[in-house]
Amino acid sequence: MNPEKVVFGFFIVLALTLNFGFVLGDMDDPAHHPVYEFFAVVVVNLIATVLKLGDRTQIGAVLLATSLVAVLQLLAASALWTYAVYVSAAGLTPATMASVVSLSSGAVLANVISVILLVVETVNLRR
Amino acid sequence: MDSIIFLILRRMRAPLLAMVAVYAVAVLGFVLIPGQDDQGRPWHMGFFHAFYFVSFMGTTIGFGEIPYPFTDAQRFWTLFAIYATVTAWIYSIGTLIALVQDPAFKRAVTEQRFARRIRRMVDPFYLVCGYGDTGSALVRSMAQRNQHAVVIDIEPLRIEELELEAMPLYVPGLCGDAAVPRHLLEAGLEHRRCEGVVALTNVNEVNLKVAISSKLLRPDLVVVCRADSREVEANMASFGTDYIVDPFETFADLLGLGLRAPCQFLIHEWLGVEGVRGLPEPVYPPARGLWIVCGYGRFGKAVIPILEAAGIEVVVVEATPERTGMPPQGCVLGWGTEAETLREAGIGRAAAIVAGTNNDTNNLSIVMTARGLNPDLFVVLRQNEARNERLFQEIRADIRMHPSRTVAEKVRVLLNTPLLHRFFEVMREEDNEWACELASRLAGLVGDRPPASWEVEIADEDAHAVNRALAQGRPVDLGMLLADPRRPGRSLPALALALQRGEWIERLPDPGLQVAHGDRILFCGHARARPAQAWVLQNVQVLAGVFRERESRPENEHSSVRG
Repeated sequence: MNPEKVVFGFFIVLALTLNFGFVLGDMDDPAHHPVYEFFAVVVVNLIATVLKLGDRTQIGAVLLATSLVAVLQLLAASALWTYAVYVSAAGLTPATMASVVSLSSGAVLANVISVILLVVETVNLRR
Repeated sequence: MDSIIFLILRRMRAPLLAMVAVYAVAVLGFVLIPGQDDQGRPWHMGFFHAFYFVSFMGTTIGFGEIPYPFTDAQRFWTLFAIYATVTAWIYSIGTLIALVQDPAFKRAVTEQRFARRIRRMVDPFYLVCGYGDTGSALVRSMAQRNQHAVVIDIEPLRIEELELEAMPLYVPGLCGDAAVPRHLLEAGLEHRRCEGVVALTNVNEVNLKVAISSKLLRPDLVVVCRADSREVEANMASFGTDYIVDPFETFADLLGLGLRAPCQFLIHEWLGVEGVRGLPEPVYPPARGLWIVCGYGRFGKAVIPILEAAGIEVVVVEATPERTGMPPQGCVLGWGTEAETLREAGIGRAAAIVAGTNNDTNNLSIVMTARGLNPDLFVVLRQNEARNERLFQEIRADIRMHPSRTVAEKVRVLLNTPLLHRFFEVMREEDNEWACELASRLAGLVGDRPPASWEVEIADEDAHAVNRALAQGRPVDLGMLLADPRRPGRSLPALALALQRGEWIERLPDPGLQVAHGDRILFCGHARARPAQAWVLQNVQVLAGVFRERESRPENEHSSVRG
């Protein structure tokens, strides 16, 4: 067993599970989408991205690409959320919340692809 | 480029993880720790404010406690966060700096840059393997003639020297073993502008390997090799190496020329050697009398047959005949550095001495001892290392032989002015008087400076105007190519040494000879004649002026050229 692979797999799966958990619930209801969970999603996704850096294989490149997509979506969502809460006069409207959640749902999709690739790579390993 | 980016990314993985973790913990701490607003009411910092605060705190140690002054609990956490984030930053920056200084990283960057430079070469270039005394002398003189080169050498120090040297052109250098084909390919062997390969390392096997690799990978290239032994020469010749230069054979051959026809030797010195100050004086090696040859190594073995062929009596002085082999005529045992040995060899009645060991100190000592015993000796001195130049200048030998320079000069002539090389060959068919007359004409043209020589091809690139005139059916003769464009009726201080048309070579062609498209002409004369001649060759208006001048004075055609 390779401890490095354990950490790698752990963070990739955790990025997906946290992200999925955050998205669950009514799309436009802020009460269903806790900000702490969102923070955890961003941090874990960043860690997963850094872990994928510097892999020269084809599958490594695609893994990195999916992570970058997820991080980009999440950063857009967090920027939107911050703007709504602190800058916008209207505050956090249900419409804004819905778009934050939809951006995060896109990140879920990217994370799903990431996990599928991880599984494919593992299955292809010959013992 | 890929490998460098991947190297950076892989090394930065750990520092980036540390940064993400430290920032996450610090931000989370600020969000969770309760604070107070300006009215003393409990207040919780949001993620936005927490991230804002941590961002500037880590990099600048703060603009102050915002938006409200902190509680003690928050200050306690700030203390932790400051040290954690600053440490993470130092760790990241330190890793990045260490990476930049890493030898593997530096090598990757240098190789990348070198490969890019080679890919972008647009001018024809030669690949020079070995940047020792020979290679550096050759590359320098090529660069002065606007000829590009790429250098490979196994010694990193020599490549650094190349980088420090102020060349008129940029000469890329690769540090690597030229015997490895990959390095030859990296240095542009398969590049379409690569014109030829010159192998000048001091290891015969490497030169051989370079020659065979080049001939296999690019059979169309010119391959010039240095070889110090007969077997290697034969081996190189067997697979079609174009030119094989043996410094000792080359020198012995020239010495033979000096014995047979001193004026031809003089012309060779004037035209074939670059960077001499003043016009070299003629030397007359004594063609009879006793010659003492010290050292029966590669040098002695090359020189002695030439001397004997000229009917000269030779005495060999050698300290270790068991290593070098015993010369057929026997030898005097000793180095030749002590008076006793030289007396035994007959220094008193000797006409000349050849100090030809592979040790510079011994060679200098031989000459000084011998001159003490017989001041009228003709001295032939072998110099092995360029760094002893000053000492060898001081001793004023009649003929000095430096293997590296001999090779560099021969290769330079082969690459830059191949027609001059052919001229030296055909010159030998003439006698000494012919050469003496040519030498005095040349001396009259150039005064006290060494003459320059250059090749012109009657084609669009070298001679646009002439080529156009020929295409229009207007005859152009050699005298017109030597007309001075600034002073009508006068000619330039230069003459045509040879004209090559197909395989036929005309020595000292008559000024009335009409040139044809595709002719190659070797000119030589004063260095300033070359740029002036380029006007006549290239500029249609200037050539038209020469035509007009010729038509206005038909009766004294070529008079100034012949005079």
